[in-house]
Amino acid sequence: MFDDTIAAISTSLGEGAVSIIRLSGKQAIEIGNKLFKGKDLTQVKSHTIHYGHIIDPEDIKVVDEVLLTVMRSPRTYTTEDIIEINCHGGVFVTNKILEFTLTLGARLAEPGEFTKRAFLNKRIDLAQAESVMDLINAKTDASLNLAVNALDGRVSNLIKNLRKEVLSIIANIEVNIDYPEYDDAVVVTHQILKPEIEKVLKEMNHILEVAKTGKIIREGIKTVIVGRPNVGKSSLLNKMMREEKAIVTEIAGTTRDLIEGYINIGGITLNLIDTAGIRETKDIVESIGVNRTKKEINEAELILLVLNNSESLTEDDKKLLNLTKDKKRIIIVNKIDLPSKMNKENLEHYIETSMLNDEGIELLEKEIKKLFELGDIKNKDINYLSNTRHIAKLKKARHSLKEALLSIKDEIPIDMIEIDVKEAWIYLGEILGEEVSDNLLDELFSKFCLGK
Amino acid sequence: MYDIIVIGGGHAGCEAALAPSRMGLKTLLITANIEKIAHMPCNPSIGGPAKGIVVREIDALGGEMGINTDKSHIQMRLLNTGKGPGVQALRAQADKVDYPKNMQETLLNQKNLTVLEHMVEDLIVENKVIKGVVIDQHKKYYARKVILTAGTYMQAKIMISSETWSSGPDNEKPSENLSDNLRRLGFKTMRLKTGTPPRVAINSVDFNKTEIQPGDMEYHAFSFDTTDYKPLDEQVPCYLTYTDDRTHEIIMNNLNKSSMYGAIEKIESKGPRYCPSIEDKIVRFSDKPRHQIFLEPESIHIPEIYVQGFSTSLPKEVQDEMIHTIKGLENCEIVRYAYAIEYDAINPTHLWPTLESKKIKGLYFAGQVNGTSGYEEAAGQGLMAGINAALDIKEKPPLILKRNEAYIGVMIDDLVTKGTHEPYRLLTSRAEYRLLLRHDNADIRLREYGYQVGLIDEKRYAKFRKKIENIEEEKKRLGSIRISPTQEVNDYLKSIHSSPLKDGITPLRLLKRPEMTYEHLMALLNEDAVLSKEEIQQIEIQVKYEGYIRKMKSQVDKMNKLEERTIPQDINYDEISNLAIEARQKLKQIRPLTLGQAQRISGVNPSDISILMIYLDTYSRRRKESVI
Repeated sequence: MFDDTIAAISTSLGEGAVSIIRLSGKQAIEIGNKLFKGKDLTQVKSHTIHYGHIIDPEDIKVVDEVLLTVMRSPRTYTTEDIIEINCHGGVFVTNKILEFTLTLGARLAEPGEFTKRAFLNKRIDLAQAESVMDLINAKTDASLNLAVNALDGRVSNLIKNLRKEVLSIIANIEVNIDYPEYDDAVVVTHQILKPEIEKVLKEMNHILEVAKTGKIIREGIKTVIVGRPNVGKSSLLNKMMREEKAIVTEIAGTTRDLIEGYINIGGITLNLIDTAGIRETKDIVESIGVNRTKKEINEAELILLVLNNSESLTEDDKKLLNLTKDKKRIIIVNKIDLPSKMNKENLEHYIETSMLNDEGIELLEKEIKKLFELGDIKNKDINYLSNTRHIAKLKKARHSLKEALLSIKDEIPIDMIEIDVKEAWIYLGEILGEEVSDNLLDELFSKFCLGK
Repeated sequence: MYDIIVIGGGHAGCEAALAPSRMGLKTLLITANIEKIAHMPCNPSIGGPAKGIVVREIDALGGEMGINTDKSHIQMRLLNTGKGPGVQALRAQADKVDYPKNMQETLLNQKNLTVLEHMVEDLIVENKVIKGVVIDQHKKYYARKVILTAGTYMQAKIMISSETWSSGPDNEKPSENLSDNLRRLGFKTMRLKTGTPPRVAINSVDFNKTEIQPGDMEYHAFSFDTTDYKPLDEQVPCYLTYTDDRTHEIIMNNLNKSSMYGAIEKIESKGPRYCPSIEDKIVRFSDKPRHQIFLEPESIHIPEIYVQGFSTSLPKEVQDEMIHTIKGLENCEIVRYAYAIEYDAINPTHLWPTLESKKIKGLYFAGQVNGTSGYEEAAGQGLMAGINAALDIKEKPPLILKRNEAYIGVMIDDLVTKGTHEPYRLLTSRAEYRLLLRHDNADIRLREYGYQVGLIDEKRYAKFRKKIENIEEEKKRLGSIRISPTQEVNDYLKSIHSSPLKDGITPLRLLKRPEMTYEHLMALLNEDAVLSKEEIQQIEIQVKYEGYIRKMKSQVDKMNKLEERTIPQDINYDEISNLAIEARQKLKQIRPLTLGQAQRISGVNPSDISILMIYLDTYSRRRKESVI
């Protein structure tokens, strides 16, 4: 058995109904007990589930209502003591609970580490361990059950409709092939096919466009705060933290080497890059170097560029303005509580804040929402395709249809073009987890009048 | 004692009997009526989309259907010529008299093959192994393998409206006892139905009022070895005509008399969706003002026309009334009325992919008895059952065609993996990889197998090898020489509406242009084509559609990863925890040979496949350890 206790969020992170935080190791039950208001977990039987609340170990405030499962060694997945906390799903709460476990001595598990332990503790052999990893990886493609369950009904309807349209195109082509002598179906020509495919493409583009919003809500915005020393970067950061008390620890599955912290501002998560540099109020431009700053700026999806209202623009400010000019950025003119010495005429758009007087944070929130076209994201009626895998599949489907359009342009025979259309149909099916099976035949025979 | 006994002399039975006898095994074919061997009780046509490709596949493997059709047709057409090469298919109007006659001659002259006229009543089974058959007078014939190709004869009933009587197709004697005995042996059977339209006297049809559909004025053949072509100008045309609102009105007024729609006697059995009756078409597609009716001559020896598109279960007097509303058929005389036939078929999931039954070793099933429809589908299964029964006797591994290798493979995999609830017909849409399963490359896909099992002799094989060699060499040559952008070259390109060259280019690359043909290349190179039409076509397809073919092959590779993982036959599904209940039941019933096949079983989910995969890994590990 291992000495340390590992913890991770076992469910996919998002706005699902329930999230599970799992701990495995010697201290698992002890840590759980410190967080849990309810029965004394050290006394309960193995493989039992308990109702109670998770409390913040520092201020003893209730954070969430949970169900907690206790499984004692050795009859567990890893053969170690395991607890699983079923909490209420939101990114914020789930991260919070994970963070508590980490403060109490657990270590964030590496991807696949639970399975690795199961293998190292000789509960499963290597092949099984590998198969589980295959499952985790390959299954993102093949086992769609989970994904399907996770899919919001409305989202699957979006995809279903797309798929229906694509299927109808396929059926029209196939009926021409299987019944060349029947006049029941219109002979599909390049001229007929082109607008039909374009129509589906347009819808796909729209869904993908909207999906960006979903992704932002789900995964946050990669953000970097830049500015000369003493312009107020750290107070901006601290302010935002105080606002939401929301710097949380790393979340498994994100690019942990880059992301240093998360800030929740009005429901949007900002994934902060290199907060340490900012917190220590080091001069980014000089001490870390322009190249490093450039790299960070390139990787970021949002730049918060902080300027000091009480000083005129320096060369460094101008450098930063220039470096970020092609990115989504918000120029923050801070310290408006002090007399202005800045010539703002050349700044195209900016907001004014005073960290000292708590002014302007709402402005910043509004600005971010405007910039990412987020609207009122508290609205639960979200019709987004938010899962990265789904977006990737939809993009693949779109790519196939684009290929089909190119082939139409080259006047490739229709039945060849259908290969691309069918590929799009299969990709869409993979989002839904639907079998390719017999729906095509059903479509054929319900639509057309054929045969002897 | 025979090596193999084949029950039934339909299209499945003929191939099932010819293959083993040609592979050197002592074979007996038992049929109820020798004169009805290879008879065509329905459409006098062979081929068409997907089905035509099956005939090519049968020929590539060394079967007889292609050769026999080439000898016995009265018209041939290549369909879908306006489309890409992936979907072209040959269709022939076969002569209803010549086709069976020629096939009978082949069978009766076949070495190692005996043909007997009897009705098989029962099977001899000992310890779940087939031993032989019992014929009408309780006489027994013994064999090491039995292939059952009973077609639509098992407890067959013919129906015209409310009239029904026991009968096989064309009033042949049905088999009354065989399906009872199969059920007794543990086989599940199902009731299926199919219909056939009326035949009319040829001299009562006014063809002037119809559209003529002649055969192609180009030589075609199903067989890769046919060299004697029938004269093109001796082809007999088909004709096209239409129903109209008067036809539809008569049908609607008489719907209650249809055995399908009426209250008289509901047909419980399942009919095929692709062969809807005319009343079905009119009810379901009521917005269509007319439906096509094809008039197909049955034979040059019988003055009868097959009225394709006019299947019906309406009474005779209504048939008369409605057919007379059709242009050209106003005064026609119906020689045989449309009828539906209902029969017993077995559930094909009782079979291994070799078509051997799981319940009784050595007993194979092929053709319509497995729930399929169509002469071609039957022949394809007959051939595979014959080959596999023979291979097993020879103690050789079976021949199981993959879904990416042949339509026959698609069909058999569908049947044994998914079963069927209606008569199963092959359609191009059933094949995932149809660009690979082309009409033109059936020999490239399958002839090697035909040679290995012993159905393709050295001479035919050498001819095939030569063809492959010519294609490969020419492709190599065209890829190694260059065409320079001379004035002459660019002038020629301009004349065929192709853009001029800026730099030198290999002819192979130039051929990729959609408008470019091999003939154009020869003109550019100032050469005369020495390759055959087929070889040239092969080069053009392989070069032009290389990108699509590659795309498809990579899809195949993806699939084959699971296809290559075999499941040991002594696997105990009850031992695998976490399998869903439905998946466990289905897996126990189907007993798939590979993970690929398992994955295609409906009700087996990807998660079940993963669990199975993990189990198989530990299983093989355990096996290895226990061996050590």
